[in-house]
Amino acid sequence: MSNFPFLSVLTVAPLVGALVVALLPRRRPDLAKQVALGWSLLVLVLSVVMWVAFKTDGDRLQFRESYTWIPQWDARFTFAADGIALVMLMLIAVLVPLVILASWHDAESSKRSVPVYFALLLILESTMIGVFAAADVFLFYVFFEVMLVPMYFLIGSYGGHQRQYAAVKFFLYSLVGGLFMLAAVIGLWVVGGKTFDWQALTQVDISTGTERWLFLGFFLAFAIKAPFFPFHTWLPDAGGAAPAGAAALLVGVLDKVGTFGILRYCLPLFPEASKWFAPWALALGVIGIIYAALLAVGQNDLKRLVSYTSIAHFGFIGVGIFAFTTQAGTGAVLYMLNHGLATGLLFLVVGMLVARRGSALISDFGGAGKLVPLLAGVLFFAGLASLALPGTAPFVSEFLVLIGTFTVNKPVAVIATLGIILAAAYVLWMVQRTTQGTLNPALAEIEPMRRDLNLREKVVVAPLIALIVLLGFYPKPVTDVINPAVRATMEDVGRTDPAPEVGSIQEAAK
Amino acid sequence: MTELKLPSIDYAALAPILIMLGAALLGVLIEAFVPRKQRRLAQLSLGLLAVLAALVMVIVNSGDRLITAGGAIAVDGPTLFLQGAILVLAAMALLLIGERSVERGGAFVAQAAVTAESADDRRQAEGSNGATEVYPLTSFAIGGMLIFVAANDLLTMFIALEVFSLPLYLLCALARRRRLLSQEAAMKYFLLGAYASAFFLFGVALVYGFTSGIPGRSAGVDFATIHAAVTESPASEVLLFGGVALLAIGLLFKAAAAPFHVWTPDVYQGAPTPVTGFMAACTKVAAFGALLRVFHVAFSGAAWDFTPVLGAVAVLTMLVGAVLAVTQTDIKRLLAYSSIANAGYLLVGVLAPSKDGLSGTMFYLVAYGFSVLAAFAVVTLVRDADGEATHLSRWAGLGRRSPFFAAIFTFILLAFAGIPLTSGFMSKFAIFAPALDAGQAWLVVAGVLTSMVLAFPYLRVVVMMWLSEPGESTPTVTVPGGLTSAALTIGVLATLVLGVVPGPLLDLANGAAEFVR
Repeated sequence: MSNFPFLSVLTVAPLVGALVVALLPRRRPDLAKQVALGWSLLVLVLSVVMWVAFKTDGDRLQFRESYTWIPQWDARFTFAADGIALVMLMLIAVLVPLVILASWHDAESSKRSVPVYFALLLILESTMIGVFAAADVFLFYVFFEVMLVPMYFLIGSYGGHQRQYAAVKFFLYSLVGGLFMLAAVIGLWVVGGKTFDWQALTQVDISTGTERWLFLGFFLAFAIKAPFFPFHTWLPDAGGAAPAGAAALLVGVLDKVGTFGILRYCLPLFPEASKWFAPWALALGVIGIIYAALLAVGQNDLKRLVSYTSIAHFGFIGVGIFAFTTQAGTGAVLYMLNHGLATGLLFLVVGMLVARRGSALISDFGGAGKLVPLLAGVLFFAGLASLALPGTAPFVSEFLVLIGTFTVNKPVAVIATLGIILAAAYVLWMVQRTTQGTLNPALAEIEPMRRDLNLREKVVVAPLIALIVLLGFYPKPVTDVINPAVRATMEDVGRTDPAPEVGSIQEAAK
Repeated sequence: MTELKLPSIDYAALAPILIMLGAALLGVLIEAFVPRKQRRLAQLSLGLLAVLAALVMVIVNSGDRLITAGGAIAVDGPTLFLQGAILVLAAMALLLIGERSVERGGAFVAQAAVTAESADDRRQAEGSNGATEVYPLTSFAIGGMLIFVAANDLLTMFIALEVFSLPLYLLCALARRRRLLSQEAAMKYFLLGAYASAFFLFGVALVYGFTSGIPGRSAGVDFATIHAAVTESPASEVLLFGGVALLAIGLLFKAAAAPFHVWTPDVYQGAPTPVTGFMAACTKVAAFGALLRVFHVAFSGAAWDFTPVLGAVAVLTMLVGAVLAVTQTDIKRLLAYSSIANAGYLLVGVLAPSKDGLSGTMFYLVAYGFSVLAAFAVVTLVRDADGEATHLSRWAGLGRRSPFFAAIFTFILLAFAGIPLTSGFMSKFAIFAPALDAGQAWLVVAGVLTSMVLAFPYLRVVVMMWLSEPGESTPTVTVPGGLTSAALTIGVLATLVLGVVPGPLLDLANGAAEFVR
C-alpha cells in the first residue's frame, strides 16, 4: 500500500470533483452539495489511509513521487510529505468536509451559482493539498500562487460587507509576497545549479550575502501569507468579509502555508540566514502576539476579532519556529494543527451565530445564550480552546512553544506568556458580550435566533470538539509524526537542543 | 568594367516571404478583377492559404542555417522560429479581420476616404459591406515582417520596416466606428513612424561610416561587417554609439518601448480592434526579432556599452507601462499600456546575452502573442448598439450577463498578471531566469516590482466583471461567428497549454536559439 501514489491522487481528486460539481445544472443545488460533500469525504478516507501508511521511524520524506514536467528547467512534479506536511494534509482533509457541511446554505443568500461555490471549495482543497505535498520548489510556487484564485472568488463573490475591497486586498498582498518569492525562486535556481529539487537544493552551499537575500524573498512571502506583524493588515478584512466556511479554511489552513513554508523552505535551504535573521523574526512574533491581542480586545466585529486572535496565534507559531529547539518546533507544528481545529471551530460557530442574527457586530448580540444555549455553549468551548485552556489541544502546543523557547530565550518566553493573559481577556469578554448577561430585546424578535443547533450543525461541530479534547489529553499520535521532521529541520539549521541538565541552560542560551 | 556577378538565391529558403508577398500582389489583382460579391471570400481564403503555405515552407526549411540573396537574408533558427510565430499569429489575426457576423459588414469601412461624420459616413456605419483591401494590406504587412526578422543587413531591414509599416498605417484608419479616432490614430502613427524610420536610416548611415577603413574589408552595413568593425574599426567610436542609438530608437519605436511609446495607446484605441490585435501580437514579434538580431549579431561586441542604456530603457518601459495602466478607464488603452510593460519585460530577455535569454525571449513573444490576440478577440465581442463598448465602467457585471466570456477574459488577464498555470507565468520565468543568470539582478527586481503594480489594473477589470452588479448600460456579449470563435479558442488553448506543458515549445525555441553570422 505504501507504493500507492497518495499525494498526486489527493491533489488531483478534489480537482476532478470540482469539475463534476461545476458541470452540474444550476437548478440542482442540493445535488451539487451532496456530490461535493461525498467527494471531500472520499479525500478524507484516502488521507486516513495515508496517515496509517506513514512510518514514523521511516525516511524524512515519504510517499515520494516524481514525474517529468519541464525538462529544460528541471522542474518536476515531485510530491513527498514529511511529518509536518502529513499533519497539515490531515487537517485539510478533516476541515473541508466540515466546511462544506457548515456552508450548506451560505451560497444561497448571495444570488450566485451554488454549484460554483462548492466547486471553488474543492479547487481550493486541491491547491492546498498540492502546496503541502510539493517537494519541488517550482511546483510549490505554482500551487502557492494558484491557491489565491479560488479564495479570491470565494471572498469576492460570496462574501459579506466590503467583499470586493477585501478580496482585492487579499489578492494583491499575497501576490506582492509571491512575486518577491518568484525572484528568490529564480535566484535559488541559478545559484543552486539549475534544479528545483528540494532535496538537492538543501545540499547547496550558498554565499552568505546571496543566502540572506534569498531568505528575505521567501520569508517576506511567508510572513505576508502567515501573516506576521506588520504584514497582517489584510487578514482582518479578508476574514471579516469571507463567508464563514471560507474564512475557516483561510485562517485554519491557507495561512499555515506561510509557517509551513518557513519550516520547509527557509530553514533547511538557508540555515545560516535563518540564524542571522532569527532575532528579527522572534521580535516580529512577540510584537504580533501582544499587538494583535490588544487589537482583538477592541474589536466589535466577531469575524474580525477571530482574525486578530489568529494573528496573535501566528506570533506564537513564529516564536516557536525561530527558537530553534525541538520542543518549541514541535509545539509550533502542533499549534498549526490545533489552531486550525480551534479557530476553524470558532469561525464556523461564529458563522452560525452571524447567519442567525444577520450581523457580525458584537453589540447586536447580548444574552444570546438564553435563546440558543447549545450554540452559546459551543462558542464558549471554542473560545476556551482558542485561549489554550489546559485540557484542550492548543494548551499542549502553546505550553511546548513556551518551555521550548524559555530554555534558550527567557525574555521572549516571558513576554509571550503575557499574550495568554490577553487571550483570556479577548475571548472571555467576547463570550460575555454576545451570549451572557441580559437578553438584548432586539435579539428575541429575530426568528432564526430562536433556533438552536440543528442536526447538520451538530455534525459539523462534534468532530472538531472531539478532536480538540482528544488531542488535549493525548497528543502522542500527532507528536510522534511531527517530532522526527522537526528534529531533522533543526539539524538542518545546525541547532541541537540544549542538554537538559541543571546549570547548562545558561550556557546553551549563549 | 568589372563583370556583374549575380548573387546566388536560395528560393526555397525565401519561399515563405515570396509566398506572402505574391499573395499580396494577387490580392490587389483580385480587387481589380473579381466581382464585389465574391471578393471577400476570395481574399480571405487567399490570405489564409498563403499564410498556411508559408508556414508549411517554414516547417520544411526548419533545418536551414544559411545566408542567401547576396548576404541580405539570413535563414537561421531564430528567423524560422519567429517567422513561424508571425505566421501562426497572423492567421489568428486574419480570422478576426475576416469576421463579419459580429458587426454588420465587418469592422472595416467600405471607403476610408469618406469624411468622418458626413452623411455618407453615416450610411456607411449603417452596415454596408466593408472594403476588402484590408486583406492584401495585411498580407503585405506579414510579408514585410517575415523579411524584417530575416534581414541580414541594415538596409534590407529598413526596407522591410517600411514594407510592413506602411500597410499598418493604412489599416489603422479603416475602423467603421469612431472614424475620427481611427483617422487620428493612423495620422499619429504615420507621422511618428516616419520620424522613427528616419532615425533608423540616419543610424544606418553612421554605422556605415564606422565600418569604413578596416584593412582588408570594404565598408558595409551587413551584420558580419559591423560585427568585425566593432572590434577592429579605426573610426571614432562616436560613430558607433551614435549609430547604435539611432538604430535603437527606430526599433524601440516599433517595439513600443518608453520613451518612444506615446503613440501606442492612441493607436491601439483608434485602430479597428482586429488590427490592434494584429499589431500587438505580430508587430511585437517582428520588432523584437529585429532587436535580437541587431544586438546579438551585429553589435554583440559592444554589449558592455549598450546594456546599461537599454537596461534603463527596459526599466523605464516597465514603469511607464505598469503605472499608467493603473489609471486607464478604457480597455483598449489598458491593454496598450500592458503591451508597453510587456515590451519592457521582453527587453530584459534581449539583454540576457545567452542562448537561454534568446530562447526565453522567443518563447515569451509567442506566448504573449496568443494571449493578447485572444484578449482583443473578446474586446470585439463586448458591444452595444454603437459598436464595441470599451469603457471599463461598461464592463461592470459582465460576469453575470455572460459568464463564459467573462471567464475567458479573466483567464487571459491572469495570464497577463503572470499567475501560474498560464503561459504568462512560464514566459516570465523564461525571461527572468537567464537575466538573473547573467547577473542582471536589477532588471529582474524591476520586473518583479512592476508586475506587482501591473497586477492591480488587471484585477480591477476582474472585479468589474465579476464582483460588480450589472448596470443598465452593461452590454451583452455578441455571440461570435465561427472565425472569431476559432481565433479565440486557439488563443485561450495556447495560453493554457503553454502554461501547463511549456516543454515542447521551449525545446523548439532552444533548438532554434542560434544566429548565423
